[in-house]
Amino acid sequence: MPAEGLVDRHVAFVGALRGAGLPVSLAESLDATQAMAAIDLMDRRQLRAAYAAAVVKRAPHRATFDRLFDLWWPPAIGDGEDSAGEHAVDDAPEEVEPADLDAMRNLLREQLRDVLLSGDDEALRRLARQSVTGLGRTDSPPGRQSWFTYRVLRALSPETLLADLLKAILDGSDRGGLAEKVARQMLAERIKKFEEYVEAEVRRRLAEDRGVEAIAKTSVKPLIEQVDFLRASRDEIAELRRRVYPLARRLATRLTAKRRLGRSGRLDVRRTVRASLSSGGVPLTTIHKPHKPHKPELVVLCDVSGSVAAFAHFTVLLAYALREQFAKVRVFAFVDTCDEVTRFFELGGDVGDALARMAQEANVVWFDGHSDYGHSFEVFAQKWPDAVTPKTSLLILGDARTNYRALSLPSLRSVVRHARRAYWLNPEPRQYWSSGDSAASSYGDIVPMIECRNAAQLEEFVEQLLPV
Amino acid sequence: MFRSPDEVRDRLAETGYLADEAIATTVFLADVLGKPLLVEGPAGTGKTELAKAVTEAAGAELVRLQCYEGLDEARALYEWNYRKQLLRIQAAGDGQKWEETHDDIFSEEFLLARPLLTAIRRDDPTVLLVDETDKADVEVEGLLLEVLSDFQVTVPELGTIVATRRPFVVLTSNATRELSEALKRRCLFLHMDYPDAEREKAIVLRRVPEVPEALAEQLVRTIRTLRALELKKSPSIAESIDWARTLVALGIDTLDEAAVGQTLGVVLKHASDQARAVKELGLN
Repeated sequence: MPAEGLVDRHVAFVGALRGAGLPVSLAESLDATQAMAAIDLMDRRQLRAAYAAAVVKRAPHRATFDRLFDLWWPPAIGDGEDSAGEHAVDDAPEEVEPADLDAMRNLLREQLRDVLLSGDDEALRRLARQSVTGLGRTDSPPGRQSWFTYRVLRALSPETLLADLLKAILDGSDRGGLAEKVARQMLAERIKKFEEYVEAEVRRRLAEDRGVEAIAKTSVKPLIEQVDFLRASRDEIAELRRRVYPLARRLATRLTAKRRLGRSGRLDVRRTVRASLSSGGVPLTTIHKPHKPHKPELVVLCDVSGSVAAFAHFTVLLAYALREQFAKVRVFAFVDTCDEVTRFFELGGDVGDALARMAQEANVVWFDGHSDYGHSFEVFAQKWPDAVTPKTSLLILGDARTNYRALSLPSLRSVVRHARRAYWLNPEPRQYWSSGDSAASSYGDIVPMIECRNAAQLEEFVEQLLPV
Repeated sequence: MFRSPDEVRDRLAETGYLADEAIATTVFLADVLGKPLLVEGPAGTGKTELAKAVTEAAGAELVRLQCYEGLDEARALYEWNYRKQLLRIQAAGDGQKWEETHDDIFSEEFLLARPLLTAIRRDDPTVLLVDETDKADVEVEGLLLEVLSDFQVTVPELGTIVATRRPFVVLTSNATRELSEALKRRCLFLHMDYPDAEREKAIVLRRVPEVPEALAEQLVRTIRTLRALELKKSPSIAESIDWARTLVALGIDTLDEAAVGQTLGVVLKHASDQARAVKELGLN
């Protein structure tokens, strides 16, 4: 093993993983080195698998790991064609004439079309590398080259190939049917992959120019459970929604475990005596009656105005996924007036539909479609006075940004007084509370307000909320 | 047991399990480094199957510990057969001294070995499968930690039993809860996700040889389209295989709207998922 350089590289890589939030212990780092000794180091896929097995112990960390792995153990150097070592060390930027550039673009587009059609992964990767070499470079500050993903993707614009590709696959038959949907999905997957390869390639080229550490810092995305609800992109929201069910299942398991470990019920004399018969009348084990879990009713009152909708949707979905843990769940939504939306979630229907129908059919806008907490609370207290009872846990979701309108503190106070427990989850960072039109402190005096910016914080809260 | 990741892949393939590079390398490392292998992933992606395939490839025997809520030491490790002990005490004549009886009832004869102890005491190649580790309680993890880090078990009355031959250990988990950091640290980790299209097709063809290749291709692509929808439970490889079998049994040789609509229940197990698929794929 070429000792020194490899060990340094390994230590730096592990350091970067830790920097990105992966908890890599010393023991795991040592495991990785042992694993490296056992495999064929020239085989990059083996190396990646070995590292992943030793240091990545949670599936959501895998994406971060892959990004950093590509930077620290790049598949090629310079314009290199493959990882086997025979790369062309030719870094002198060639002058490309605009006419040549156009020709190259067309040539690459042609190739991309063929590769997307065949679905050959290796060819796709090679093409991404060629495209970045050919189209992704600029000399914007003269003398200092840089690389851009969007230049490559704009020049090739793989989406515009879609119609052509679809025609080729479907062979003229069956437009609009299942076959087209399936083909579309397949092509979308391949195009996405191509984009990822281009991005990875650009990162690699940037890292060669500016140093791995600098690029690693900027290119690592936060883990999905740490993504701020208020700043999540569309992809991230979709990803969060996909994680609702696993999350709910995990929470439910943990709660059942907690319940079981809690107070055990009273001694079941009859069953204990029966069991003792098999050991000659000696009661070796005692049997207890199961403890009856207390299930609270849950009322969720959520702001579904544009600014916090993503957060409200996620939380409502989670509440619904957890409904077996509650005796009853009722959901009320408001923007500037309040309506009950429980009916959209019942009947085991599809949750995506439920959210869409809630937005269309529920009567949540009264005046101008800007959040009005005061009016919403008044309407809630008037129209559903019996919704909140001493058995109810009340959960209010919103950023408490009132657009400087009336707060209706008395209405809220009376509602909260009736509830067994009440919490307010605020998706804004705590330091912004009570700035501008936020009424966080006024409402916070009545209802304990809890910061809930990401899925991790929400998970923590739910676990504490649900009684044992 | 194995000499290289490639050998692992080839020998697993002989048993009918098609491993990718990551699976083969990780299994190889678990074997070489003598570490337990923790396999995590959605249901039906072939986690348990992997353990069985490794067993067959290595010519070993499988010892399986199925985890469930309330699993305890007496079910996982060992237990004294107290009924038999009671009988022995009652059967002892008046002439026998207590010391003798005492030594006698805490001997091998009265010990009921459970999977963990069985695996450790075996002299022949053994694969220990701890299935659905996430279903067990946290205390069981503590027990596993002790057994899996030193491969020894202490029975107070008999002394410490050390493994003569370390079993190849596979733990599986559906990630319904996070396993403890300490346990994860001692294991090599393998996340098993849905395979890529090519491998999935190969698996379907391998497991259901009667299915024509073109149909397998269609099936895998359709399954991938279903996975892209927001479903409660995405179909896994197990469902792909079931689906292929169903299609063969029904004699369907092309997967069009009618065929999918007719057999959707094999792939999607929730009514709301089915409704969603029907709507999104335009099956009606």
